[in-house]
Amino acid sequence: MSPTKFSSILEVHDLKVSYGGIHALKGIDLHINTGELVALIGSNGAGKTTTLKALAGLIHCTVGKLHYEGKSLHHIPSHRRVSAGMALVPEGRGIFARLSVAENLQMGAYIRSDVKQINADLERMYELFPRLAERRTQLAGTLSGGEQQMVAIARALMSRPKLLMLDEPSMGLAPMMVTKIFETIREISAQGVSILLVEQNAKLALEISQRGYVLESGKITLLGDANELLGSDAIQRAYLGA
Amino acid sequence: MDIFLQQIINGLVQGSVYALVALGYTMVYGILGLINFAHGEVVMVGAMVALTSLQVLLGLAVAPVLAILVSLFVAIVACMALGYTIERVAYRPLRNAPRLAPLITAIGVSIVLQTLAMMIWGREYHAFPQPFANSLHAVGGAIITDVQLGIVIVALLMMSGLMLLIHRSRFGRAMRAVAENPSAAALMGVDINRVISATFMLGSALAAVAGFMVSANYGIVHYYMGFMLGLKAFTAAVLGGIGNLRGAMLGGVMLGLIESLGAGYIGDLSGGFFGSNYQDVFAFFVLIAVLVFRPTGLLGERVAERA
Repeated sequence: MSPTKFSSILEVHDLKVSYGGIHALKGIDLHINTGELVALIGSNGAGKTTTLKALAGLIHCTVGKLHYEGKSLHHIPSHRRVSAGMALVPEGRGIFARLSVAENLQMGAYIRSDVKQINADLERMYELFPRLAERRTQLAGTLSGGEQQMVAIARALMSRPKLLMLDEPSMGLAPMMVTKIFETIREISAQGVSILLVEQNAKLALEISQRGYVLESGKITLLGDANELLGSDAIQRAYLGA
Repeated sequence: MDIFLQQIINGLVQGSVYALVALGYTMVYGILGLINFAHGEVVMVGAMVALTSLQVLLGLAVAPVLAILVSLFVAIVACMALGYTIERVAYRPLRNAPRLAPLITAIGVSIVLQTLAMMIWGREYHAFPQPFANSLHAVGGAIITDVQLGIVIVALLMMSGLMLLIHRSRFGRAMRAVAENPSAAALMGVDINRVISATFMLGSALAAVAGFMVSANYGIVHYYMGFMLGLKAFTAAVLGGIGNLRGAMLGGVMLGLIESLGAGYIGDLSGGFFGSNYQDVFAFFVLIAVLVFRPTGLLGERVAERA
């Protein structure tokens, strides 16, 4: 294996996180192959957001190993993980409400210094999300929920991530907007970006993913090919209400 | 002499100083939600360092203009180092502590700095060197000195520079992002600690300039001078809306004007019962009035955030 090419971009082994005595994650194993779109599904409180926060370095894992591109993420702070190519679209979007749409996107490119490329990428984002182009000078806090989700995704893409992690991108959005956002995720994936998609909406997430993991009260209880998971009885019963 | 116009001029000059100091309070509050009560002492240290530097340089017969510029620069660098150290030592270890804790360390730092200054520069009032004749200019029946004119111009330049930095530069954008949502800023690759340090240094640089200004204007410096100035600048920041940069500037100038006009007319209004020595009281009347009637300050309203 050459040093720049890894079969899996992210490897998580026995990840445990606890907050004040409560074990939010009880030892998770998962991996994402380079270029893959992987769904992590589960109900509220299963530990999905905690997993992403630990991956992004926003919280510290008590036990476990995180490897990104073959290197340990132990003691690597959030901002350095971004420089390494990891981007998280956090739960609730985390946009900067008092910055304009354009400024939010420029914040996404904070780690980059190639001004020409940044501006070219900005234009690409406006092509991807024409709604944002119309509103580029508007304060991001004045946008609708769906538009804010576009800002959050576009902003994450502005860092040119190798691994994009999305936390519940469908949450609180109108069905039309959800469709649009998921189409976009599929497009991003088609361009070769590895994606970890965390969703409560299991059907939607598994339909666009290659593989999936099911998280239940801090543990992975089911994993496999996305299509197989979609068809499995357990998923049908638990998440798809069949 | 036109008393009204004179008081306006005096108020604008004093208000420019308040504005520069208030910006330091408001920037730190905006980014950490913390009142850096040691900020007034940074102004004092700036004044003291400038004093010593000026004395030494003028003693070496350095050209006055050069001596002033170098002293200003030395004071700025010293205060930036001090601001950085204060944050590192007194606030960073308490970043996740209850809000009362950093407030107490702030007061502690304030006392330590005053005491150190007293040990280094003594208890006495020092005359701030005036290498130039401070000539007077008549402005429609009132008088403005060279130093006062300089204060207003430099303050305007610094404030414009700051606004450009914060609203047009990559660093300024990062600062606003950290102020609004630190963890989201970290997810953009911003090193939050560096931005916080830089904010303290920026505020301290403005404090150094303000310290130089008051010293040059009044001609005296004293280890205790930062206390009242700091409190008033804090009042100015609250008046404008703490956390709001434009508010700090507006609040500073307004407080300068209120004090100056108040001191000028209180004797007449109270039939001679109160004199202009009650000047300091106005700032705190303003503080109380703002806290009662408009706790968010004049410009302290935020953009609505939609979930």
